Amino acid sequence: MNAAINAAGFPILSLITWLPLAGCLVIMLVRGDEQTIASNAKWTALWTSLLVFVLSLVLWVRFDPSEPGFQFNEHVAWLPEYKVAYSMGVDGISVLFVLLSTVLTPICILASWESIHTRVREFMISFLILETMMVGMFAATDFVVFYMFFEGVLIPMYLIIGVWGGPRRVYAAVKFFLFTLTGSVLMLLALIAMWVHAGTTDIAVLMHTVFPPGMQGWLFLALFASFAVKVPMWPVHTWLPDAHVEAPTAGSVILAGVLLKMGAYGFLRFSVPMLPEAAAYYAPFIFTLSVVAVIYTSLVALAQEDMKKLIAYSSIAHMGVVTIGIFTFNIQGISGALFQMLSHGVVSAALFLIVGVVYDRIHSREIARYGGLADRMPAYALVFMLFMMASVGLPGTAGFVGEFLVIVGSLQVNFWLALLGGMGMILGAAYSLYLYRRVIFGRITKDDLRNILDLSPREWAVFAPLIVLTLWMGIYPSSFTSFFDASVGAMVQQHTAALAATTKLAGILH
Amino acid sequence: MNWTLAIPEIVLAGIGMATLMFGVLRKQDSTAMATMFTIGGYLIAALLVLTRTGGFGFHGQFVSDAFSAFNQILILSGAALASIMALDWNRSQGIGRFEFPVLMLLSTVGMMIMAGASNLMTLYLGLELMSLALYVLAAFARDDLRSSEAGLKYFVLSGLASGLLLYGISLVYGFSGTMDMASLHDLLMKPESVSPGLVVGIVFVLVGLAFKVSAVPFHMWTPDVYEGAPTSVTVFFATAPKVAAMALLLRVMGTSFASLAGAWQMLVVIVSIASMLLGAFAAIGQTSIKRLMAYSSIGHMGYALIGLAVATAAGVRGTLVYMVIYVFMTAGTFGCILAMRRKGRAVEKIADLSGLAANDPMLAMALAVFMFSLAGIPLMSGFFAKLYIFLAAVQGGLWTLAVVGVLTSVVGAFYYIRIVKIMYFDAPAERFDPRPASLSFVVAVTGLFTGFFFLFPAPVVAAAQAAASVLFR
Repeated sequence: MNAAINAAGFPILSLITWLPLAGCLVIMLVRGDEQTIASNAKWTALWTSLLVFVLSLVLWVRFDPSEPGFQFNEHVAWLPEYKVAYSMGVDGISVLFVLLSTVLTPICILASWESIHTRVREFMISFLILETMMVGMFAATDFVVFYMFFEGVLIPMYLIIGVWGGPRRVYAAVKFFLFTLTGSVLMLLALIAMWVHAGTTDIAVLMHTVFPPGMQGWLFLALFASFAVKVPMWPVHTWLPDAHVEAPTAGSVILAGVLLKMGAYGFLRFSVPMLPEAAAYYAPFIFTLSVVAVIYTSLVALAQEDMKKLIAYSSIAHMGVVTIGIFTFNIQGISGALFQMLSHGVVSAALFLIVGVVYDRIHSREIARYGGLADRMPAYALVFMLFMMASVGLPGTAGFVGEFLVIVGSLQVNFWLALLGGMGMILGAAYSLYLYRRVIFGRITKDDLRNILDLSPREWAVFAPLIVLTLWMGIYPSSFTSFFDASVGAMVQQHTAALAATTKLAGILH
Repeated sequence: MNWTLAIPEIVLAGIGMATLMFGVLRKQDSTAMATMFTIGGYLIAALLVLTRTGGFGFHGQFVSDAFSAFNQILILSGAALASIMALDWNRSQGIGRFEFPVLMLLSTVGMMIMAGASNLMTLYLGLELMSLALYVLAAFARDDLRSSEAGLKYFVLSGLASGLLLYGISLVYGFSGTMDMASLHDLLMKPESVSPGLVVGIVFVLVGLAFKVSAVPFHMWTPDVYEGAPTSVTVFFATAPKVAAMALLLRVMGTSFASLAGAWQMLVVIVSIASMLLGAFAAIGQTSIKRLMAYSSIGHMGYALIGLAVATAAGVRGTLVYMVIYVFMTAGTFGCILAMRRKGRAVEKIADLSGLAANDPMLAMALAVFMFSLAGIPLMSGFFAKLYIFLAAVQGGLWTLAVVGVLTSVVGAFYYIRIVKIMYFDAPAERFDPRPASLSFVVAVTGLFTGFFFLFPAPVVAAAQAAASVLFR
């Protein structure tokens, strides 16, 4: 307990979490003809999400970076006889993800302003519910509450892909739902086992609970099943390209920007601090899968004909770097993983929006359908270039810092790990530049591209915050890393101590 | 003697008789009035149950405790919801007769007796009263071939199960010399009084009751009866009798045979796993939503039985919470199914729901809530049902049950979300007829319960805890 608790003086996290639902209620009450409903729904959703964003800035301002524990804590008894409480709080690891969610939601709503024509009201409701689930998940400090939000995400996302998606949306939506649900239910079992063992589901207490090594292995595998699907790690990544390709632009953005982070966040929040021995034991396994993901999916990305699919595969490769960083268990690696998650959240979201811009105009995502856009759309080409470079990891952009730190961290573990993980940057440059060349440069050969319009003011409004963030994260990363330095330091220290204790114990026993 | 303990049952039976006389003597159509009387009866009975004191009545034949009260309230709620929904539906299907609510009421009296039985004989009487009324209800649309078939099928198979149960009771009586549950409990604490014949008797009792909750492998009747019976009857079948039978199963196993848990536990585990598997896989290929719900109910009974398999008070609590949530979400789902009418004709193909979200957004949203809840997705009540059950299973160390349970729930999720998919993603079909207000009411109440259970789970759980503490002592 410290002075920063509830520094805001009111339950700010609950407010951020549940305010979007209030927006839903307002949207539901809108009456009138279809046109009125659509326009009112859009504006209500936009204002609600902007208000949520402004409120979440309170976290940015009032967060105390020197305190490694949870801040802005809230605690309400919920299932008292089971010691389960509705408890909320953020630490250095989660606070920036709450902000990432609140930043991306208004951007997504703005991005779907003209691209969603049918059932606009339902779309906006789904999106606001999705925001509640995402923020709630990152802010939960009780495992049961976390689980509820974690799985609750499935419902709105299933509808967003399935109702407003592309031609194969039904297949993609069902695949997405069943893949993630299979993983999640195994996490439910792990959750219950930890609950029965520790007698509580408070995350802060669970972090200091020692689970017997025999149990840790099983718990780790059960949690792994859930988080690996969500990350997604090779070979359970196959749902992602389908979901991305079929989802509407805003759906892809939120999927790449926030939903993919849920898996990696789960590793950081549960697997590493709560199950240190098992995490150390399985680290080589994770490294292997991650390296395969980085190299294999990068090569697959090189062969894609569909822009969204290419970016989807590049996301898997980038998330492979994140999982490498997490399991290095040193400060550089974990900080790098966190930074990479944030930068990927911004950059991949922006790339899907980039695809969305031309898709709205031409209604095709096929790379071969484009070419020579630089002539007609110079501003678009510039923005595209910036995010492409950030995705490759050009110094000065957001993408560089994370990958660099992860490579530094993994060098301390194993040279080959760093080398193979670093291959991702080279291959990333290859597929990104290849994509950029085919879409932007060359001659315009398609007739309808001759009259294509450059970015509209609305689209500028969508990209502007992301451009600022990308450059800010690249040029002055410490304004972000300072948030999680203390928490990551504490986590690494605790992890090392736990492993040392086990080794010592093993020494005594022999 | 202390007969006052049975006042709720007596009053309810009295109201039933009075309604019957009223219906016979009144010249014009009296169905609506009769239904109102029976619903009033359920309310009065519920109030009487809540104010009743605890203890044993009729020389230990009848018991009033937290467990019986919990189940009786649940049974009465299920019956009341089913009565409200049946009213309009029966009228539109030409089976609106005043005998219908009366039969439902008499069957409810039987269920209440089942929940309050503390003697194997009382148990059997309650069970038969319930079943006889249910046979007639299943065949209520007597000009409809399928309904008559359903009634006959149910009658024959249920008669067989009752026979097995009775045979089991007689074996237990023969080998132990008593039918009183409390005495049986005390007697069986002594290992020397346990004989193989008695164990065989227990198995027969278990089989008889498993038939009533439609657990695999005694489920054969369920899909046919669910499909063939008029939908208003199917609603009733899917809710109150399941609660009564489960209550009975818990009571018998949790008091009389609690000390022999080692002997019957394995059996319950097998039945539970088989039910979950069948419920998950057999439902996938269904095209009729009533048949789908039949398999779904088989699966859900499999989950509920996990609590019994654990054989602790925590397990019973899990089962009781499960039953509460199950009754409300099932009643709501059937409310939506009853609303599936085109030009006065009931339709029951899953494909008929196509594009419902465009035609009737509220109904589609309610059904989506029920489907996600049946699938056990968080924030819906169905998740909490599964949470408590799996918690009990892990506490009891029954990992196999827990793992099979979560994996079958993923398979189950496949066909539940398929219905959501059909409603939301597919092209709209012809509109349904306007919904009657009574259906909207039931769907709204059960939908709110299902969707917002997460806000206030504590009262239901606390009540279930109090009820469960009576058993496995």
